[in-house]
Amino acid sequence: MLEVRDIRKSFDGFLAVGGVSVKLDRGRIAAIIGPNGAGKTTFFNLVTGHLKPDAGRVLLDGRDITGLAPHDVCRLGMGRSFQRTNIFPKLTVHENVQAAFLSHRGRGRDLWSRVERLYREETEGLLASLGLLEHASETSGFLSHGAQKQLELGIALASEPSLLLLDEPTAGMSATETRETIRLVERIARERGLTLLFTEHDMEVVFSIAQRITVLHQGLVIAEGTPAEVRADPQVRRVYLGERQ
Amino acid sequence: MGLLARVPWGLVILAAAFFVPAVGSRFYVFLANDIVIWALFATSLNLLVGVTGLVSFGHAAYFGIGAYTTGLLMKKLAVPFLLAFPAAGLLAGGFALFFGFFCVRLTRIYFAMLTLAFAQIVWAICFKWNEVTGGEQGMPEIPYPDFDRIAALPLLGGWRTAEYFYFLTLIAVAVCLWLLRRIVGSPFGRMLTTIRENAERAEFIGVNVRRYELAAFVLAGAFAGLAGGLFGIFNRGVFPDFAYWTKSSEVLIMTLLGGMGTFYGPALGALVLILLNQQITSYTEYWPFVLGVILVVLLFVFPGGLAGAAQAAARRLGGARRA
Repeated sequence: MLEVRDIRKSFDGFLAVGGVSVKLDRGRIAAIIGPNGAGKTTFFNLVTGHLKPDAGRVLLDGRDITGLAPHDVCRLGMGRSFQRTNIFPKLTVHENVQAAFLSHRGRGRDLWSRVERLYREETEGLLASLGLLEHASETSGFLSHGAQKQLELGIALASEPSLLLLDEPTAGMSATETRETIRLVERIARERGLTLLFTEHDMEVVFSIAQRITVLHQGLVIAEGTPAEVRADPQVRRVYLGERQ
Repeated sequence: MGLLARVPWGLVILAAAFFVPAVGSRFYVFLANDIVIWALFATSLNLLVGVTGLVSFGHAAYFGIGAYTTGLLMKKLAVPFLLAFPAAGLLAGGFALFFGFFCVRLTRIYFAMLTLAFAQIVWAICFKWNEVTGGEQGMPEIPYPDFDRIAALPLLGGWRTAEYFYFLTLIAVAVCLWLLRRIVGSPFGRMLTTIRENAERAEFIGVNVRRYELAAFVLAGAFAGLAGGLFGIFNRGVFPDFAYWTKSSEVLIMTLLGGMGTFYGPALGALVLILLNQQITSYTEYWPFVLGVILVVLLFVFPGGLAGAAQAAARRLGGARRA
């Protein structure tokens, strides 16, 4: 599904990601963890085309997508949510998700149809599965932080991705919101057969749903394996998990 | 509220505008014609500023290009209006495609400054290219379209040429505004709104942000060109200052004054600014001072413009009635 080979990126001499490789099979759920500044978000930005790597390759379903623009990467079936909540704040909840349907189904070049009539069923169906239907006509910028994060997930899902990248899907959420969101993500990934790659700082979340975990530290992979393997890894315990205990 | 919202206000205002020559003097027809053309110019700018979130400081370039196109074709080549008018939109759109190609590669203030730079280049060319544009002296005596055949029709005879031109302007601008309205309300228009709201997110729902921005720039330029084409005839002459930066700022002020958050806001801004200008300059020569004060009040008290303030007031009234 996704294969990243020895990808590198530095900013003004600072090595942010130094030769990271990740391989992810279809339908799997994988996490990337690491302390702040480990290069997780940079890694995501390299995969989604927001940054161009200095070296290395990104392959999606065997196809080389290195250096493609984000809108092209998105069209090839990669969805993404951002660490900082990234929605269209003055549009309603319905319009946010509908916009993603419009773009994904290639209606953006239509200068004539009335936009409000399009993809109503699809949008409402998706909002219902996210539990956001009752907020459909609200201005999205006024939603609670947790609901905005869920909406962002909805925007990503409306592009009907086969691979979904979530950058800290529960950042800034309360414990309850975190649990709900994770249950939601897990359910949707299962229902849609999605391949999921996410970063997360909440270790409980990571170890509860990830099937594979990659640990980054200062831009390098220091461990990779199943949750049990990673938990047992002495280096991981020292540089990362240890810090939190 | 519900009943008021269902009235097709656009058609009502259009119908009322047709009666101006019947009830008003020549001067009012002149004023109304001026307003109608600027309403189109300001609405075209709002496709960039209000809908896409791109602030252009050089929108007059396309207005000027349109004016010179129609003017040159009608005066020097005797091309009929029905061809010379769309040509203004095509040529202005063509130039917008060329200039916009560079502009959309920059963001925010750099985008705005580049639009201004291109507009000043257009102005300089109009100002200096004596053989074609008439240079500093401009191009006076642009002929009116030929209304003889229409005047000969039953029921349509008896108006002055300027009044026929006013009717023609009304029809042309109404069609243009209707087209713009459809564009803003289309899926394409929604994609432009997502760019205004959050370009990064728009890119990652698959929107090629630069290409959509360029498309908006071309459309806005084309409609500004059509407004310019009408204005040259209305003004009985085309002059380099049509493309000058003061024209760009004037139309930007109208857009802000009327309110860029609504479709008809900029047209309302054109109406109010032109009427105010006309009233105030008859009392005092300090119009720029008054304009400055209006702008300051506007920016601090009504950031959504007149249309935005009216909407907020209507909401408050509606809310009070329901409570």
